[in-house]
Amino acid sequence: MTGARDGFPARWRVGIAALLLAAALAAPFLFYPVFLMQALCFALFACAFNLLIGYVGLLSFGHAAFMGSAAYITAYTVKAWGFEPLTGILAGTAVAALLGAVFGWLAIRRQGIYFAMVTLALAQMIYFIAVEAKFTGGEDGIQAVPRGHLLGVVDLNHSLPMYYFVLAVFLGGYALVYRTIHSPFGQVLKAIRENEPRAISLGYRTERYKLLAFTLSATLAGLAGATKALVFQLASLTDVTWQMSGEVVLMTLLGGLGTEFGPVVGAFIDVTMENYLASWGSWVTVIQGVIFVFCVLLFRRGVVGEIVDLARRFAPGRTEAPPPATVAQTAPGE
Amino acid sequence: MRMKLLLAAVAAVALSAAGAEAQSSGPVKIGVLNDMSSLYADIGGKGSVVAAEMAAEDAGPVLGQKVQIISADHQNKPDVGAAIARQWYDENGVDAITDVPTSSVALAVNEVAREKKKIALFVGPASSDLTGPKCNAYAASWVYDTYSLAHVTGGAVVKSGGNTWFFITADYAFGHALERDTADVVKAAGGTVVGDVQVPLNTADFSSYLLQAQASKAKIIGLANAGGDTINSIKQGAEFGITEGGQKFAGLLIFTSDVHSLGLKAAQGLQLTAPFYHDMNAETRAFSKRFSDRFGRPPTFDQAGVYSAVAHYLKAIKAIGTKDPDKVMAEMRKLPINDFMTKNGKLREDGRVVRDMYLFEVKKPSESKGEWDMLKLIETVPGDQAFRPLDKGDCPLVKKG
Amino acid sequence: MPDWLAHIAVAMPPTQALFGQLLIGLINGAFYAMLSLGLAVIFGMLNIINFAHGAQYMLGAFCAWFALDYLGIGYWPSLILAPIAVAAIGIALERLLLRHIYRLDHLYGLLLTFGVALIIEGVLRNYYGSSGQPYSIPRELTGARNLGFMFLPNYRAWVIFASLAVCFGTWFLIERTRLGSYLRAATENPSLVQAFGINVPRMVTLTYGFGAGLAALAGVLAAPIYQVSPLMGSDIIVVVFAVVVIGGMGSIVGAVASGFVLGVVEGLTKVFYPEASNTVIFVVMAIVLLVKPAGFFGRTV
Repeated sequence: MTGARDGFPARWRVGIAALLLAAALAAPFLFYPVFLMQALCFALFACAFNLLIGYVGLLSFGHAAFMGSAAYITAYTVKAWGFEPLTGILAGTAVAALLGAVFGWLAIRRQGIYFAMVTLALAQMIYFIAVEAKFTGGEDGIQAVPRGHLLGVVDLNHSLPMYYFVLAVFLGGYALVYRTIHSPFGQVLKAIRENEPRAISLGYRTERYKLLAFTLSATLAGLAGATKALVFQLASLTDVTWQMSGEVVLMTLLGGLGTEFGPVVGAFIDVTMENYLASWGSWVTVIQGVIFVFCVLLFRRGVVGEIVDLARRFAPGRTEAPPPATVAQTAPGE
Repeated sequence: MRMKLLLAAVAAVALSAAGAEAQSSGPVKIGVLNDMSSLYADIGGKGSVVAAEMAAEDAGPVLGQKVQIISADHQNKPDVGAAIARQWYDENGVDAITDVPTSSVALAVNEVAREKKKIALFVGPASSDLTGPKCNAYAASWVYDTYSLAHVTGGAVVKSGGNTWFFITADYAFGHALERDTADVVKAAGGTVVGDVQVPLNTADFSSYLLQAQASKAKIIGLANAGGDTINSIKQGAEFGITEGGQKFAGLLIFTSDVHSLGLKAAQGLQLTAPFYHDMNAETRAFSKRFSDRFGRPPTFDQAGVYSAVAHYLKAIKAIGTKDPDKVMAEMRKLPINDFMTKNGKLREDGRVVRDMYLFEVKKPSESKGEWDMLKLIETVPGDQAFRPLDKGDCPLVKKG
Repeated sequence: MPDWLAHIAVAMPPTQALFGQLLIGLINGAFYAMLSLGLAVIFGMLNIINFAHGAQYMLGAFCAWFALDYLGIGYWPSLILAPIAVAAIGIALERLLLRHIYRLDHLYGLLLTFGVALIIEGVLRNYYGSSGQPYSIPRELTGARNLGFMFLPNYRAWVIFASLAVCFGTWFLIERTRLGSYLRAATENPSLVQAFGINVPRMVTLTYGFGAGLAALAGVLAAPIYQVSPLMGSDIIVVVFAVVVIGGMGSIVGAVASGFVLGVVEGLTKVFYPEASNTVIFVVMAIVLLVKPAGFFGRTV
């Protein structure tokens, strides 16, 4: 039984997945590989974020901290200590995981907007460290990070091997998210999102579930950041600013909160906009603003949510559209 | 069977993509990469694009075709800048990238240019690392750097009696470099640094730092910051009576757009270093007139520098009839740079363009004859005194001898 | 010796200078107080986390600048006119957009107003650049007086006075008048208040307009001190959020008190460890939220 929310008929799902995979394999011949790699990294980042907001109902406003700190660690270990790319990525991801566990432990005690604010506050401290610490290079960041040879064999300096490496990382991360959502663990998370007191009364220790989900989300965000550091061969302050934490919200909202594939679509749209509208200057900001307003008012299911809804209407045997995915309501005075 | 078809399709696409990449014979294409929407948009921004277009038009057809100018906004983010630079070099057939303010972005673009062996003509960034440890055979730093700003302003101020300094420094790499270089000059000239304060980026209120500066009793308050930070320091300094108390500001990086934004009343008496001011002589006035007819305001030194860099680059290509980066860089080094803002400038092997620098003072409101009549020239510092000597920069391209 | 300890050792100022820094901290706190006050009022009545508050503050400053530059209207009239203009924009915003999302989670209000802030900022940045426009201190308030321990610009003294007056006025309006009691009742139980014949939707609209107007008033007060720049709002909004959260969401007294207190805390950080002055408020926020979940004066959400 797959998630009721993404209720595509199973036949369609397999077909769509195969089609997307073929497209992903052929894409570097059609599009600019670095652009695709950037989009994949952000897609993974957004998926990680979505795991938290879409399936546990927790809005983190500090996810940039995990992405950014992993990027710094990877860039530093690879450049200064000569780590092999895979080890470097693992090191960055591990640090993000650790950070996630600590932040999660502190933040999950709070709900709703206070949760968001705690994560924001903690992320601002990471930003402060990134500015002040010696190894991060302050404003200039860590530049000229060598991509190196994967396992000592595959030369990642060429864009094709690098692309397939990034694709593999993305698919690995995505698979993990998918498995999580469709596991009994994922079902409990959804139960917590829908009604936490009831989950507690059923005997679940929701704190543990939330902490584990938070850590997992941070780890995957870290994986995305670590990979991004190798793609661009740099780690910079951009990745730890609160604006980055805001951007991932935009991507996820645009693609569809709580849909499996939505964040990927949202990330691709956002990255495409940034790349192709780069000469428009501040109008890009205006367009992003309009998208926010539009999504919130009329389009809360996001792109994928709307498509799923349409598909469901045409699929036999199902007529009722699901309600838009919303974040858990917490009653006042709780 | 299906697999084969797919492979064939992939191969066909790959071939056509490879074809698109091999455009070495197309028109000369120049990309203006800068901040179009944020902190430094007024210094370069769309004005730099206009300047590049003017240089392209003035050059006429190069290699038999019209020169193309494209532009993009790097939003002051190194990763965005690096991504655009890669795509331009790889995909869009861009031969040279110019402007690139914000040192962190410039350092990232510098690495891309080095890797791709394509040309980068830096005008906006101030980091002297670009011609120091990070120097690159395919890059040029066209108009200024932290070293020259520190030397000209610092040297002149100490000479005129400002021998005790307090620094208000932007707490990032650029600010630290500016403070370090200036402090060296001050000490070498016999002055002392009595204190400093590191201010985080995007601080709106400087009054606390100004009070600290006031309490230090230093004669000179050195502003090792840029853009909005400098503007706010000076504006609030006037409010707290800094200048009436006998202390003076030394702005280490101030653009004419900053002075304009401050207004002469708050900025008067301020000394600043620049490689260009629009009202220096007949040539600069003629260029500035043409520029402001198109853009609506006179050029900053960044925008003027973009014209100068693009014009020299195109001149080199015309002289040798190819846009091969190695040959063009060699020719650019060989040709002396002469234009409305440069007299016998020279591109050194570390990428530094050595040119005269000027020390200006902001006019009093009563001396100004119009909105953009803002500066008067105090001193001209020859290039070999203003810039770091070739052998002191730790540039690996410079042979140790 | 760690960096910050070294700083304390070196920068330990004489008591007199410390007084000056405390006063400066209070002045900055005055801006935080006024901005967080508006946010608290809006959150209290509408349950909306108004991310556009920074943009409305910036719009206030811009209105004053427009008025002076295009219409020749000076500072004093702008102090009234700019808030009215921005309040009108806020009312339109509430009617057209916010109205549709009250039933949804806080998150959506936050995202919607965030979008609105991006639009306003982007448009102004496109037309007026980012280095900002100068706005002079009104002639009556130029100059400064020597307090012995510091040089206090008259304008800054006026800012503290104006801010205290506004904060007190707002508190009085909401806690001590009949209108205020309707408002408070309406947030507890809108349908009951509606049943008493009070037009609740209109009250909500006016409240949002009032909050936006407060932000604009802070903007006009800030215009002569800072540059009138499209970026001035986004630089301050996250800090003000932290202030509101520390004070307790929706609490007026909490917002004002924590605004002033945090201004002072930040001011002292600027002396002892200036590098951290932008971060200290977040440190305080994290600690407060972990120790006292609803802030100092807040109710849980």
